[in-house]
Amino acid sequence: MELNRRTLFKIAGVAGAAGLAGRSSSAKASVHARSGAKGVLVDTTLCVGCSGCEAACSEANHLPEPNSPGDDAVFASKRTTGPETFTVVNAAKKSGPAGEDRYAKSQCMHCIEPACASACCVKALEKTAAGPVVYHEDKCLGCRYCMVACPFEVPKYQYTKALPLVRKCTFCAERQKAGQAPACTEVCPSGALTFGTREELVEVAKTRIYQNPTKYVHHVYGEEEAGGTSWLYISDIPFEKLGLTNKVGTTPYPQLTQGALSTVPFVLTLWPPLLMGLYTFSKRREKAEGSHEGPSHE
Amino acid sequence: MSSVIAMPSRTEWLQDKMFMGLSLRDYVKSFLNPTDIVIGLILVTGFPIIAARFMYGLGAVTNLSQSNPWGLWIAFDVACGVALAAGGYTVACAVAIFGLKEYTPIMRPAVLTGMLGYLLVVLGLFVDLGRPWRLPYPLFWSAGTTSVMYELAWCVCLYLVVLIFEFLPAVLEWLGLKELRMKLAKLSIGAIVLGISLSTLHQSSLGSLFLLAPTKLHPLWYSPFLPFFFFVSSISAGIGMVIVESTISHRAFHDQLDPKKPVDIDKLTLGLAKGGALILFSIFFLRLQGVADGGHWNLLATPMGAWFLVEIVGFILVPSLLFAWAVRYRNVLLARIAAVMTVLGIILNRFNVSWLAFRWDAPDRYVPTVAEVIVSITIVTIGVALFRWIVNRMPVMYEKPGYEGLH
Ligand code: SF4
Ligand code: SF4
Repeated sequence: MELNRRTLFKIAGVAGAAGLAGRSSSAKASVHARSGAKGVLVDTTLCVGCSGCEAACSEANHLPEPNSPGDDAVFASKRTTGPETFTVVNAAKKSGPAGEDRYAKSQCMHCIEPACASACCVKALEKTAAGPVVYHEDKCLGCRYCMVACPFEVPKYQYTKALPLVRKCTFCAERQKAGQAPACTEVCPSGALTFGTREELVEVAKTRIYQNPTKYVHHVYGEEEAGGTSWLYISDIPFEKLGLTNKVGTTPYPQLTQGALSTVPFVLTLWPPLLMGLYTFSKRREKAEGSHEGPSHE
Repeated sequence: MSSVIAMPSRTEWLQDKMFMGLSLRDYVKSFLNPTDIVIGLILVTGFPIIAARFMYGLGAVTNLSQSNPWGLWIAFDVACGVALAAGGYTVACAVAIFGLKEYTPIMRPAVLTGMLGYLLVVLGLFVDLGRPWRLPYPLFWSAGTTSVMYELAWCVCLYLVVLIFEFLPAVLEWLGLKELRMKLAKLSIGAIVLGISLSTLHQSSLGSLFLLAPTKLHPLWYSPFLPFFFFVSSISAGIGMVIVESTISHRAFHDQLDPKKPVDIDKLTLGLAKGGALILFSIFFLRLQGVADGGHWNLLATPMGAWFLVEIVGFILVPSLLFAWAVRYRNVLLARIAAVMTVLGIILNRFNVSWLAFRWDAPDRYVPTVAEVIVSITIVTIGVALFRWIVNRMPVMYEKPGYEGLH
């Protein structure tokens, strides 16, 4: 479901008036978001668990067919994405306000400041201005640091291949370039997935919450998580129940190593003169003591 | 000058330099001793596993998983390898910068251990990386400057060059290239300063790697001070390793020591022990400071907290006190025990950060396969074999006649 102008207009009016309850510092994360970058809003209250997105994803990315989409048995245990599965729908059975089932699709969040890209020493992962975090397989070393770094545990590795790649949701970057929407958002029959620019989607999400304050949890997951993500979630049950981690804070991940990295020039400029100074000092002392062991002076 | 050395014939050269003065037949026969046989057996077991890993992927031989992407090879061969190779820069700093000349006799073995240590780190990375031949990519083709790993790659690479350079004198003396050797002597202080700076950087960067895992590493180990902890503990690792390594090699290569210039290894050990006591003592309080800073005192009462105490009390505070005791009562044996504990403590720490306390709460915990353990042992064995090969030929444990006072 692509946003049309009219709904947007309607939303904008409401959102303008809404000093949405809860978090106030929403400016912090979105400052880094490039305007016009795309995102997806997942309204988990609308998801019916048909797994159509899984099938569409596999087709668009030339992956093996997912295991029995639509079959209720797949929801028995929690599934995770894998090297050949970029998105999975999991169920939170009987967790809705009236005991309904709730479902949530998971995939790469396409962080605004991705941990994975900041971890990669060869820029094999890259945040594009258009929104998607893309992977350049011709550069990847296979060090798997991206997997260690990603707080959402998204990148998956081909452990069974002699020439392995890291695999994850591509946000259909190629389709987007061609002016198409991501495959999953195109097939979703229930309106649970909305594709649009992230700025708009944040407003849409907040408007829905504002208009249904008793229904939704007053939080847009992904607005500030890990510094903000391109994929956003709203829900009427706690996000952890849908498999969305509540451990990740609001600090953009690259900031976590920035301090350490910025000491490098200091060490490189301060250490050598300091060490040379100490060296000269001990050399002198040695000479004064009339040492006979010094090599370089005759 | 070339006229100094009469050009020997090729076979003579081979016999002299490679076969330790033995004929080819005797040289081959000399491998029939328990040590070499054990080394051979380990290599023969390890190489097929490494081959399988390259043919069928990491999954064929390791227990690595999507949620535990780093296993024993990173925890041991890389993380411990780098820390335990710190003896090279620690002793180089003591001798060259602080002018503690009495440690000169153990400098070359320490530099050699360091150099081989880093070679093994690279070897460990080689088996672990998905596409190891791309190892130079971060250096030259596609610089991911936002990554700690990028800085690590540069530092380790440059430091390996520095170590080779620092060890080159022994090679030149072995080959009898005196003139070149003399030229090198003048450059060495620059190399040592560069080596210490690079070590400071990459020892700490190894800790910085985990700064990106605040939700995965247990709070008792995760700290914004990780880089600092890693750097300071690398010094204690260096001291511990130098004591352990010099004890072993002065026994194993006893016949190579110059009887005219006996090295008082006991005295040096006690000197190192003093440094060990101080540095370990401060590390203990730094680690407590880390707990206080994160406000995690309550976590000490959990099972992971107990494990944390095992590490910082059992393998940091206790060896620190043992070192102090050893110095006070001039007990060399005690110092050696403390050194072994220090080394084990470093291994424990690196294991904890990169493995045991990493995703400690996950349902699927990583346990290495036997094959992974064998590969790790194989890599260490390659190092030991190289060490023996070099020490048996080059002037490492002794000063070569004609080059005295040059170390
Ligand atoms: S969710 Fe993980 S893989 Fe996706 S962009 Fe964020 S850090 Fe990278
Ligand atoms: S595995 Fe590949 S993409 Fe991931 S951090 Fe390493 S080089 Fe980058």
